[in-house]
Amino acid sequence: MKIYTHQGKWLALIISIFVLILCMLGSVLLGYTDTSIHTAIQAFSHPTGVFDQLVITEVRLPRALIGAAIGGALAVAGALMQALTRNPMASPDFIGVNAGASFFIVAAMMLFSVTSLEAFLWIGLVGSAVTSLAVYLLGSVGSGGLSPLKITLAGAATAMLFASMTQGLLVLDESALDQVMFWLAGSIEGRKLELLQLVVPYLTIGFLIALFLGKSINVLQMGEDVATGLGQKTWLVKLLGLVSIVLLAGSAVSVAGPISFIGVMVPHIVKGLVGNDYRWLVPFSITIGGIVLVLADLAARFVMMPEEVPVGVMTALIGIPFFLAVARRGVGKA
Amino acid sequence: MKTKRWLIIRRGKAERVSLLFEKRSVWMITIFSLLLIVTFLLAAGAGEVYVNPIEVGRVIFGMDANAFSKLVVESFRLPRMIVAVLVGTLLAISGSILQGVVRNPLASPDLLGITGGASVAVVMFLGMFSSPKTNALIVSIHWLPLIAICGALVAAFILYSLAWKNGLSPVRLVLMGIGVWALTKALTTLFMVKSVIYRASQANVWITGSVYGTNWDHVSVLVPVALLLILCIFLSVRQLNVQAFGEEIAVGLGGQVSKQRLWLLTLSTVTAGVAVAYGGGISFVGLMAPHIARRLVGSNYGALLPISALIGGFLVLLADTIGRTFFLPLEVPAGVFISILGAPYFIYLLIRERG
Repeated sequence: MKIYTHQGKWLALIISIFVLILCMLGSVLLGYTDTSIHTAIQAFSHPTGVFDQLVITEVRLPRALIGAAIGGALAVAGALMQALTRNPMASPDFIGVNAGASFFIVAAMMLFSVTSLEAFLWIGLVGSAVTSLAVYLLGSVGSGGLSPLKITLAGAATAMLFASMTQGLLVLDESALDQVMFWLAGSIEGRKLELLQLVVPYLTIGFLIALFLGKSINVLQMGEDVATGLGQKTWLVKLLGLVSIVLLAGSAVSVAGPISFIGVMVPHIVKGLVGNDYRWLVPFSITIGGIVLVLADLAARFVMMPEEVPVGVMTALIGIPFFLAVARRGVGKA
Repeated sequence: MKTKRWLIIRRGKAERVSLLFEKRSVWMITIFSLLLIVTFLLAAGAGEVYVNPIEVGRVIFGMDANAFSKLVVESFRLPRMIVAVLVGTLLAISGSILQGVVRNPLASPDLLGITGGASVAVVMFLGMFSSPKTNALIVSIHWLPLIAICGALVAAFILYSLAWKNGLSPVRLVLMGIGVWALTKALTTLFMVKSVIYRASQANVWITGSVYGTNWDHVSVLVPVALLLILCIFLSVRQLNVQAFGEEIAVGLGGQVSKQRLWLLTLSTVTAGVAVAYGGGISFVGLMAPHIARRLVGSNYGALLPISALIGGFLVLLADTIGRTFFLPLEVPAGVFISILGAPYFIYLLIRERG
């Protein structure tokens, strides 16, 4: 199902926005506590503080909004990373960015007993900047860069390194494990709306950069030499792309913890829909990323009712078949 | 034949039994064995209570020693260290076999998700069979290795069936392995989040890879199992050497290639499973040890296997000793140190490989 015409793409984008809103509505209404649309409307028009209304305004609404924003951010970060490394397997989680940011946050939490959310955000950003820069440099040493296989392996090794250092820290301090365990699994549950408000500026900047870069990335994808020949400052495009990745992935990880596979899965779905044109790929990644994460979060509520599965686990379970399919197909190119 | 590089032993009527050793390998094996023994003696003495190496030797050989140091060494340190060495050995052997069969120097049981499969099984086992009140296991701990082996086998089976497309392409195997690894990681997290916090922290220590809290019970199960596996593997050295030549030559030499491959992969998986059951998810040993060994003695498995086994044992013993002595009174799981060493080494291998 590929859409070729300009009008078709606009239409599809509008439809996907509607679907996203519909999913968010579903996320607000459905769950362990039964609520009707009537309660939802009342919760905003005549707030009385009844339990059902509180569930909607305090728990589910933030969750739906955070899900949509984080899903979009992760998907765009993945799409950009795939373009910059020219590697279909690249995504923030597979490159070890999530693990890196997690390590920085856990380390800060334990070594400097940082507890404020704002501080987490900054540390998460620094952590993802450091790791993505490291892997990016690693991926661009020499002339040919790393093959998809190698960058995947390098990412896995980096992730393993950070994961085991995080675990080492957690072993040293058992009480911290309790606090961070759910965060480490990746979840958008129980996050306050203020947390999202904190990252909104960074997310907006990240999204805007990504949207404006679309055209330049299309050129860059033709190859570094061609892009330079066409008069592009490739280093500037790459730098801006990297800034956008760090802002998006860093905010996502500091709000929700490491949520994997969205960044690998969504760009591939979108490519199937609108092709490899980054002017369209970025906006579609935002909406579809949001849809996937909100749906995964909904599924996470119902799979083991009344208990909840961390949404990071859910996205992994949905995304792994995808990853395997891409890997199986992409072997020829590796 | 030049006798300078080789050491030849011929015995029996008409010299029917003959053994061929490369002198260099013999030297290497001797050196590494000595290194391991010295480390072992020093490590047994290190810790909160210092015991000097001579005293340690006395305890080990049953001569009369100070009762207190005897207690410390015999009941706390020795079992743990024996398990550390064996776990390292098994992981290294498993990695060497895997790299030979898959013919990819980047393959190792942890990156392919095989140890991950064992981890999932063990975390499930700990969660399901422990009573919520006392936190004690309601079934015998001796089932643990069996469970881990089953987990490893299931993961390996999934991996091979996913990677199979007109034969087993090494590249596809590695990529699929990463997928399986991610899957096992997600499942372990799921089980950990769902279990009690005390269990979760225990499982956390275990997943990072630690030989903490082993006693002679563990040793009494592990030692015979490990010896049996090692025997099986050393009997398969010839097959391994043939496999390492590549498919065509292996067929040309008249081996039953796919049957042998299956047998060797099963051996490697079982070995990794046993190691995981006792040492947890210690990563990168299965990758590093064979590489270092290959640098030292080349890729003849007769020499490669013992050397990488010794190196593996040495690495885990060293990491565990550092983990339990440097941060007193706290303990850091051995897996942490090995990853800090192993991940950069792995990335270095990746970069170098391109050239």
